[in-house]
Amino acid sequence: MPFANMLSITANPFLSMLVWIVLLLAALYFARKPFHRAVGSLSKIVHNAMRLSAASVMAAEKRLLKRNREVLMAAGREHAERIVEREFDRINASVIRDLEGYPNLHRRLSELTIKLDEDYSKSADLPPELPNWIPIIESIAKIKHTGDTMVSNMLAEINRTLAEQHKSAIESHRASGSARHAILNKMLPVWRKVQKTLNDVNKAIGNLNQRAQSIDRYMDDYEQIRMQTDKAARMLSSSSFTQFFISGLVLAIAFGGAIINFNLIALPMSEMVGGASYIGPYKTSDVAGLVIILIELTMGLFLMESLRITRLFPVIGSMDDRMRYRMIWITFTMLAILAGVESALAFMRDRIAQDMEALRQTLAGVEQTTVVTSAIPTVGQMIMGFILPFALAFVAIPLESFVSSSRTVLGICATGGLRLVAFILRLIGNIGYYTGRLVITLYDLIIFPTIWLEGVVVGSRVKRKERLEGNLYKESAITDEAVENIDDTVKFKESQE
Amino acid sequence: MKRIVGIAIVLVVSLTGCSDTENRSKGVYMLLDTSGTYALELNKAQSILNYLLGVLQPGDTLAVARIDTGSFSEKDIVAKVTFDERPSITNNQKRSFQKTVNTFTSTVKSSKYTDISGGILQAIEFLNEQKSGRKYILIFSDLKEELAQGYVRDIPFQLAGFNVIALNVTKLRADNLDPKIYQGRVEQWRGEVEKGGGNWNMINDLENLDHIFSKT
Repeated sequence: MPFANMLSITANPFLSMLVWIVLLLAALYFARKPFHRAVGSLSKIVHNAMRLSAASVMAAEKRLLKRNREVLMAAGREHAERIVEREFDRINASVIRDLEGYPNLHRRLSELTIKLDEDYSKSADLPPELPNWIPIIESIAKIKHTGDTMVSNMLAEINRTLAEQHKSAIESHRASGSARHAILNKMLPVWRKVQKTLNDVNKAIGNLNQRAQSIDRYMDDYEQIRMQTDKAARMLSSSSFTQFFISGLVLAIAFGGAIINFNLIALPMSEMVGGASYIGPYKTSDVAGLVIILIELTMGLFLMESLRITRLFPVIGSMDDRMRYRMIWITFTMLAILAGVESALAFMRDRIAQDMEALRQTLAGVEQTTVVTSAIPTVGQMIMGFILPFALAFVAIPLESFVSSSRTVLGICATGGLRLVAFILRLIGNIGYYTGRLVITLYDLIIFPTIWLEGVVVGSRVKRKERLEGNLYKESAITDEAVENIDDTVKFKESQE
Repeated sequence: MKRIVGIAIVLVVSLTGCSDTENRSKGVYMLLDTSGTYALELNKAQSILNYLLGVLQPGDTLAVARIDTGSFSEKDIVAKVTFDERPSITNNQKRSFQKTVNTFTSTVKSSKYTDISGGILQAIEFLNEQKSGRKYILIFSDLKEELAQGYVRDIPFQLAGFNVIALNVTKLRADNLDPKIYQGRVEQWRGEVEKGGGNWNMINDLENLDHIFSKT
């Protein structure tokens, strides 16, 4: 029997279809409540599961945030300590330098003071006095004479002698004054020396004052970090991002330098280790070149570490000074040797390249022209080969910044990622919940004739039924409330733990 | 210095735990047809050889042999070399090789018969002995084999792992009259090579010499 015939309840197909629709609607109507419950439960399951997952992710995000903050503060504290320590070192160096010079300064000032005192004493000498008999002669010269020639002559003689004496006394006085002026004149450079010495002292003290002010400022920052204030966290976070990008940029530049370095030595290395062997998919000569560059980088790292410029290896930093100085010399010597080797390889590269070019020309049948050979490219390559290892040694500084800042930056990115995941989970939960609501509404829309009929037939009973349904949905109100306030619940649990 | 480098390499190898077992060296055996009028084409062979000398690297092997009446003989090898691992020595070897082949091409006398199969058999033997990683047999010929009486060449080729490349396969007068002859000749060689497990390729335009190594 065909399926179409099975559906034909009556002879009239339209009537059969109508009967089937009515039966279907009736079936759907009776299945309405279980369907509502099933869909409602499913949407709640999705909603609650997603909300719980989101809450869990947010809790992880908070823990990570806390951990990031601790790491940030620890890094900031260490950095601030280093800066303050460095400032104290500078002050120490300055004080030692100035105090070392102090006995000398004191001696110089004492000498200058003694000299000044002597000069002053010399300049204070009184001018020579006139002879004692001058007033007597002066009294005699004032005696009135009666016109006696002999008396007159005698008095004239006395007057002349007196005038001579006056002249002599004035000259003597002038000479004495001039000598004193000369002494005072000699004092002038001594005063200047004193002035300069005192200025130096003033400058040194001013420098110390400046350093003290810097230390005060750094100590304020340190205090902020120690108290773990939000301001300090913001400052450190911003500083980490800046450090991350700047050090990343410098590392990229260094990477470019390493590539150039590699190209300088890869070809001549094939002359040393052979050009036909391979390690994995790479030529042995290329790997050997790379190993040399990596050894240079390692030596650079150790050198910077030994100089206490970086602190990537605490073991090296905490060595006693004698051992550290040895390590400085060893790493520097090895770096210098490697730089020399690279320089030689660069020279060899130039020769091989020239030979290859000549062979290419021969094979291509090009007539070899007399090329004006210049030593500049060769010398340039050799200089580059020598300098690049030392330049690469400084990679340790941006590397340290990059490593320390990337810890913070990655933490912040991970926090952002977790937030995004939590948001997506919440979104999925809400979409699931409202999709369930939508399906229920659509179900009701499809069977609206039965609902309408129920409204007409049952009337007031419907209202009661709706109330019951309302209560049915409210059954999970407590669960909903717990899920809605999941953050508080987690907090409460954490505080209990 | 070699020792330091060697130690560093050993360290790297032992750290990464990888070792290279693949033989990457190339072995190229070039057969030059010196029979009849084709001997006039040998100047083109020089440019092919120059190309090969330009692209082959330290560790690779190159041999040039002539195709004459009886080519299954070491005496037909004009020049052979395995390039040294050091580039500077390799360059000198290349210069010397080029000189030898140039002398040969300028003094060669054409042979009466063309024993291509014997040449291929000799090439297989030579390259297998060299243990090259990738083996190439270049046949610079019009592919028209003419064996002298008494020469038996009905041995199937063992060409597994070989790349056989026909170069400058010129059309003969008869080919021009009936192209099927030319096509049949080429197909016959292709069939024999592929039946022996080898890869067949043909390059007539010498501008496309880079296809010799790029397709494999």
